[in-house]
Amino acid sequence: MTEQLHGLYVRDLRVSFDGFTAVDGVSLDVAPGDIRFLIGPNGAGKTTLVDAVTGLVKATGSVRFGDRELLGRPVHRISRLGVGRTFQTSTVFEELTVLQNLDIAAGARRGWATLLRRRHGVPDEVAEALEVIGLASRADQLAGTLAHGQKQWLEIGMLLVQDARLLLLDEPVAGMSHEERDATGQLLEQVSRDRTVVVIEHDMDFLRRFARTVTVLHAGKVLSEGTVAQVQADPRVQEVYLGHPVDAGTAPTATEA
Amino acid sequence: MTTVARDPVTAADPTPPAAKPAAGPSRHRFRAVAGFAFGAALLFAVAPLLLSDFRLSLLAKYLCVAMVAIGIGLAWGRGGMLALGQGVFFGLGGYAMAMHLKLADAGPGNMPDFMLLYGQLDELPLWWRPFASPWFALPATVLLPMAVAFVLGSLVFRRRVRGAYFAILSQALAAAMVILLIGQQGTTGGTNGLTDIQGFFGYDLDDPVNQRMVYFIIAGTLLALLALTRHLMQSRYGELLVAVRDGEERVRFLGYDPATVKLVAYVVAAGMAGLAGALFVPAVGIISPAMIGIVPSIEFVIGVAIGGRATLLGPVLGAVAVAWARTALSERFPGTWTYLQGLLFVVVVAFLPGGLASLVGLLRRGDGERRPGWLRRSRRTEAEAS
Repeated sequence: MTEQLHGLYVRDLRVSFDGFTAVDGVSLDVAPGDIRFLIGPNGAGKTTLVDAVTGLVKATGSVRFGDRELLGRPVHRISRLGVGRTFQTSTVFEELTVLQNLDIAAGARRGWATLLRRRHGVPDEVAEALEVIGLASRADQLAGTLAHGQKQWLEIGMLLVQDARLLLLDEPVAGMSHEERDATGQLLEQVSRDRTVVVIEHDMDFLRRFARTVTVLHAGKVLSEGTVAQVQADPRVQEVYLGHPVDAGTAPTATEA
Repeated sequence: MTTVARDPVTAADPTPPAAKPAAGPSRHRFRAVAGFAFGAALLFAVAPLLLSDFRLSLLAKYLCVAMVAIGIGLAWGRGGMLALGQGVFFGLGGYAMAMHLKLADAGPGNMPDFMLLYGQLDELPLWWRPFASPWFALPATVLLPMAVAFVLGSLVFRRRVRGAYFAILSQALAAAMVILLIGQQGTTGGTNGLTDIQGFFGYDLDDPVNQRMVYFIIAGTLLALLALTRHLMQSRYGELLVAVRDGEERVRFLGYDPATVKLVAYVVAAGMAGLAGALFVPAVGIISPAMIGIVPSIEFVIGVAIGGRATLLGPVLGAVAVAWARTALSERFPGTWTYLQGLLFVVVVAFLPGGLASLVGLLRRGDGERRPGWLRRSRRTEAEAS
């Protein structure tokens, strides 16, 4: 395991689809070990930004994780550099067990000799992840039978065993109960000790409790950046969210989504 | 490390852990060994005792189809690649073997009979010559199809061609191969194919004893392929293959190249089809374009779909059952088999997407017993089926 933390450095990132510019010259720095929340109205370019960082869409500019340039590499190579992501809809392998899901996530560096043999026992990193995400008692259950929140945790657990050092989470608490949100937030705080975390989220209550820094995107550009309080006090943010500037402290609210 | 999530959603959980008693690996192993012993007894003792020479040679033919089916089960059932052109690989293996046997029949330095008959050639074509040696021809029956599958798969999977497009592409390949064979009548035997094969490495194929020997070779090969496939399905690779089938993009984000994962299953399936084609030739005595084109390619898949594509034994039983029904029914009601086959296919796909193997699963579900490995299949298809 590479234990040192890396930051994410995005410079003048642009993504266009058929003339429509989804991400329009975004530059942002995420410090090593930060929990950065990306917020913004629908269509602001949050998910597209993550897509560009992970190699899913073509982009111009520069994205560095630590000192490695990510742009131009295929998806699976970027992943092997320690960049992991989740999706808005849960994408665990429903017909495999929790244990099999984690074992596959742990195995991208395995050679064919290991792949072609049967799994015996539970690898250490998988056992550890099962404890961290609280699914140890469900290791042999099919992932498709898990509750929604548990699937999201399994996704995060897959990033942990994958040894991702940069976690890009797309709406991890959407559809979760209050207890599940709390548990997820604590999980994020725990994993950020030796990882850098970027979260796309609409839930403002969740953001206030767990974000360390916030970037607000609007129409493909960075609108505002700073701590939760700084961003909330920014009149431009209030304008985007509410249509007109209001007193600091009341916006943004959890109405957008 | 502290545990964060304390499982606050137990009430919403559809499957309490208590409902899943784990069958230990030793129990699985015992079941597998018992299953293979049973299969071996059936193929090596019961069938030869009960069946006439004629029926036994028919069974040998069905078992060759079953070998193709095992490969399709791996590539399609586990890997999600609808291989609708396995006839190509079956044909490559079959023709490689038939070319060698024809040359052996003709004797050293002589040309196969059909070449003399068409009379366009003065000497053996260059590309026929290596097949005179069994050391070239026998490995070629497996390696040639695998090489073609490797080249095709490398081109296709990296460009992310999948689903119906992949199926159509493999069909087109089967059609192209048939056209090529028919067009080159002087060197391939054209529509007739390579016929009237007499000997098999010094043994006269007309002798019933030797036909039995061929049957035993085929039965043994089938069991070996089943063992190999069972191992592949239960290995980490097998789990990864299912993951690629159900979430190719997700696997990519985990750091794997799904194209490589799919390529392996596709190449293995092609090798199995090639081996099947090679053994089909001594069992039947002929290989022709009609046995490897689009229609046979589709029939391979129909057997697999009916039997249960994601299981180990489903494709084998489905392929044998369909081939047997085809013979039995077309003896009695010639002309109706095609319609029956189509009907059966539609009914299974519409009402039992997991194939007949899922029936066993449905029947067993009530008694709480865990299904053996070869019948464990997708929960999703089971839900659709019920």
